[in-house]
This record gives sequence, C-alpha cells and structure tokens, in this order.
Amino acid sequence: MSRLNDANIKLAREIIARYPRPKSALIPLLHLSQEQNGYITREAMQHLGELVGVTSAEVYGTASFYEMFKFEPVGKYLINICGTMSCALMGAHELMHHAEKKLGIKAGGTTTDGVFTLAHAECQAACTEAPTLQVNYRYRLRVTPDDLDRLIDNLRDGKLNEEFPPHGVLSKVRQSIDASRAVGAKAPEDVNESPVWLDGKAAL
Amino acid sequence: MSKTYVHAPGFVAGDRPKIVTSRFEFADSFTLERYLATDGYKGLRAALSRPANEIHEDVKSATVLGRGGAGFPAGTKWGLTPQQVWPRYLVVNGDESEPGTYKDRLLMERDPHQLIEGCLIACYAAGLSQCFLYIRGEMALAQERVATALNEAYAAGYVGKNILGSKFSVDIILHWGAGAYVVGEETALIESLEGNRGMPRLKPPFFPAANGLYGQPTIVNNVETLANLPWLLNHGVAAYTAIGTKTSPGTRMVAVSGHVKRPGVYEIINGTTTFRDLIFGEEFCGGIRNSNALKAFVPGGGSAPWFTPDQLDLPFEASQVGPAGSMLGSGAVMVMDETTDIPAAALTLTHFYAHESCGKCTPCREGGTWLERILRRVVDGEGTDADLQQLLEVGAMICPGAFPHAANEKLGLTAVPFPYKMTTICFVGPSAFAPVHSALTLFRSEFEARVKKRVTIPVTAVATETASVGVSA
Repeated sequence: MSRLNDANIKLAREIIARYPRPKSALIPLLHLSQEQNGYITREAMQHLGELVGVTSAEVYGTASFYEMFKFEPVGKYLINICGTMSCALMGAHELMHHAEKKLGIKAGGTTTDGVFTLAHAECQAACTEAPTLQVNYRYRLRVTPDDLDRLIDNLRDGKLNEEFPPHGVLSKVRQSIDASRAVGAKAPEDVNESPVWLDGKAAL
Repeated sequence: MSKTYVHAPGFVAGDRPKIVTSRFEFADSFTLERYLATDGYKGLRAALSRPANEIHEDVKSATVLGRGGAGFPAGTKWGLTPQQVWPRYLVVNGDESEPGTYKDRLLMERDPHQLIEGCLIACYAAGLSQCFLYIRGEMALAQERVATALNEAYAAGYVGKNILGSKFSVDIILHWGAGAYVVGEETALIESLEGNRGMPRLKPPFFPAANGLYGQPTIVNNVETLANLPWLLNHGVAAYTAIGTKTSPGTRMVAVSGHVKRPGVYEIINGTTTFRDLIFGEEFCGGIRNSNALKAFVPGGGSAPWFTPDQLDLPFEASQVGPAGSMLGSGAVMVMDETTDIPAAALTLTHFYAHESCGKCTPCREGGTWLERILRRVVDGEGTDADLQQLLEVGAMICPGAFPHAANEKLGLTAVPFPYKMTTICFVGPSAFAPVHSALTLFRSEFEARVKKRVTIPVTAVATETASVGVSA
C-alpha cells in the first residue's frame, strides 16, 4: 500500500486547505508521501492526484521535475556530496572518490544492504564551509576523508539516529495553524475588494 | 576584531554595522523569546501604527535593493502592481542555490522571526493578502526553524487574523521545494508554487507584479531583502541610508568561499567595501591560503563573469561592477588561487548549469549540454583546438553578440559591460556560458596547453591528370 495512510490524509487535507488552489499543495504532499514510503510509487501519485484534483500523469509530470523525489527505493541514508565550484576547489572530487572506495559503490549506487545511497549533488548553500555533504538533507561541513569514514561507521552503527531520520523525513516540525488564528485561503476569483487595512489609516 | 560564532557556521562578525545579522551572536537567536528580547516585532508595531502607503514610501526612499541577484529596488517592485486588482500575493524566495551563495539559509536558520516580521511589513505596506514562504527543499533545518517560528508567531498573535489586535490580517504559509535550481527564478518559483514543473514563464509582457501566482499580481522578494525591513522600520530611513552609498544603501551579506584564509559569510557595508577589502582585509578573509597569489575570482555567484586581480579595487556597487564586465548577483565571491586548474574549475560550473537547465528553451537545454561535453573533453585532454572555437560558437547561440568580460592589462583586453543579449527566457542558459567564456578569454593558454592540434589532411577537389576519375576522350 502506498496510498497515504489515514493520519497523513488528514494532514494532507489540512495542507491543501491552506492554498487558494489545491494543486499548489502537490510538492508538500509528494514529500509527505515520500516520508511515508521512502520513495514515490505509482499508486501514491494516483492517490495524490485524487486529493488535489489532477490526473496521476500530471502528478508524475511535476514530481519528475524535481531531484529530491525518488521513484525507486534508495538507501536509508542518502549521502549527497556537493561537487560545485567552491566545494570542488576545496577537494570535493577527492572526497567523492574516497566515499566510493569506503562504501564500495559508485556515485548513484546503493549498498547491497540498502543502508547507503551515494550521490553527486549540486551547490548546497554552504560554500564557505567546503567541502560539504548532506545526509538526508542535513549538513556536515568541512568534511575530511577521516570525518567521512567516522560518519559512515556511526550511521551504520545507529549512533546518529537522532540527528539523521531515515530518507524521506525532511522537516521534523510541521506548520500547524490553529483555526481560530487562520485567515484562511480563498480562491482568487472570490476576492474582489482591497484589503481592509489599505484605507489610508493606521492599522493600530 | 572579527569573531566566528560556532552556532552560526561560516558567519564571521566584525565591528561593522549589523542590520540583518544582529542576533547571530546568540545561541538561541531563532527563538521567539530571544527575538522579543532584542527589539523583535517592534518594527511591525511601528509599521502598523502608520498608514500602509507611508510604509511603502519609506521602503522606496530607503532604496532597499533586492538581494536575490538582479538588485532591483524592492519598493519600486511593490509599486509595479496594477491598480485595483485583488488579491495580491507575496512569495518569499528562499530557494537559495546559486553556486557560491550562502546567506538566506543562515537568515532562515538563525533568525526566522526577523524574516517573518519582514514578510508582515511587506504584506502590510503593499496590500498583499497572503504570503507563501518558499524554502529550498534540501534545507531541512531551515524548514524546521521557520516552521517552529511560524507556529510560535501564530500562537502569539503576530501572524494570522487581526495581527496585534489590529485590522491587519495575513497568513504566512510555509512551502518548500524539492530540488531544482531554476526555481530560484521568480516565474519558475511561481510555477512550482502552483504545483507544476518549475519552468520559467515567458516575460515580457507579464512580470509577476502584474500577472503572477494564479494570474494575480504577485511580489517575489528574496529572504535577505525582507530581513532588512524590521531594522528599517525600527531605526528609520535616515539611519538606513546613512550606511553605504546613495545608490547602494545599507549592508549586504556576502559569502566568500574558495582559496582564502578565512572563508566565511560577512555582513559588509554596501557600496563602499571593495573586493580587495573582502579578500585581503584582516577583518575579512585575510588573504589567500598559504599566501599564494590570487588568480581569479567570481564576484557574484556562479552566473557572473570572472574578475582577475585587475578588478580588486572595485566596490560592491552595481553601477561600477556592471560596466567592468560582471555583476554582483547574490553576494557570492569564489576565490581561485594560482594552483587552480582553470578549465576544470569552469567545468564544475558549466556542469551545474547544464544539469539544472529546465529544458524549456532549446539554446540552454542543448547548448548547455554541448558546452559541458566539449569542455569535459578538453579537460580530459581529449579535445582539439577546434573545440575551443566550438565552445565560443555554441555560446554565441545562447548569447549573441559580445559577451561581457573584464579588462585585463596583461592581455590587452578592454572591458565589455554587463549585461548580455540572450536567446533564452531566463539566465540559466547564459550562466552555463559565463564561466566558459571568462576562463577562455582570460586564461586561453591553459586551454591551449591541453588540447591536441587538429591534423589537417590536405584535400583537393581539382582533378589533376594523374588523379582524374573523369572520362576523357
């Protein structure tokens, strides 16, 4: 089963309601689905299409554009090593070779035990701390080959479970808006008046 | 003396005015408690106690320049929305992914309330009725910090219905992407926010301010731009414009990476700080690693044409950097020392842009990939001298005419000013060519040293008596 479970359906409906148009929720919902299943399945895309009112082909059209959505299982830990200029200047390519040797796989591959997937990544916005990598989109900065060895060993031994949730989990905190505080989203065609605070007077 | 804060990785503080990084010294800078203890939400209160149009005027007269790349004044941008068309939206661009750029992530992780307050001020001033805060997908911590801050701010009455008990109400919706550089382009960001593939829209005729999210007037502002607003409202326009220059007031965050002694993110005074200050100054990067010589630097993110030591004395001022042949972009300086393999360095950037092309415009989709493949061949020592010409010809398909480059005394080059002409909708295509063009123009000998001379086989089409295949009588 890779449709969203009941708890996630409830969450999905909350997210959808925040947008003036349901399709806007698609990327957050794809993340939710990936969090539940580890990757995006055909059935999941069918279900998300039903939830936001588009075809599964449209869901796939959107999902396939974005690097983070995986359509087949990846390791529990996705290690993305940045290889763009600042990191390359500081030894990122050598770090990648080291990682390939340490894990016994090539970039793009997954270890046979399904624990690690190693991948090339593009600029991770930590350029001053090069070379950098992310494990499930959480940073490690100024990484030396020794750091990398230790990181991999510790991940394998389960010592970093707290810091690195399994692949698919992104933010551990969700936005939640209390109904009493929410303004609420309206379809654009239902709004014709200027905001009340634009009356030329101070709001307070 | 400059100081680094362990809890704000990469950030280096100095004795300079701090507009957006003032709370970075606190380990708990991201909490509501700390924010309120350090003037938090005072700017919002100041804004709400005056009519909205006055706040808009303040932002205009302070000339708060966009910090995302184009450097367009935010107040002017807000004023481009058509009259009497509602609703209008604010989309916050937190999809920071330009190579070399590291500032918005720090602002989101270290001071999310400042960003939220900036969003609220913008919505109030420009009459924007819903705000979408789009954070790059790969930034899990930033998403967590902003989500937590939003939850706190909603509960405390700073966001949502009747903010601070006033008639001003606005929702801020946290939205996040899923990994696509091009989504940093504002129309692609809007497409992505509508749940589509993140491909830029054709413009002109319609810019987002006129026709954006759901076809409605939409303001897209960068995280750092909005983070300036609380301080501006707290201290006033005069205090803001007293820092920096008339055309580039205030401060800006700049990330200096690569071969410097102290790579880091610095909040610098806009307009007056020069690249020499930044790269060699003791309060900044302190020079090149191992005291090597500086070979070249990228002044404004991976898309910017390169500078050499000849341009070190230029200040962070768009009106001077543009004519000198490059741009300030998103505040990202990447420094290469004398040991750098220039063709290989250019390849990392060209690979980036070829990989990140969304595929909408042919010159970028095909041309970017061509550039990457040819350049890789050259770097691997498999190229010929014809490949170097080919690189420039492919580039000319993306950017016809003279491509901007810096002056260089040794090479006898005069500057070609920014910007370029382009055959693509957005800047991803030209960006793939920028590093190739800069590297080839400024360091051609390094390319020539590793290409093979093409063997020319003499061919003649003129029939001679001995080689004739014709039938003669």
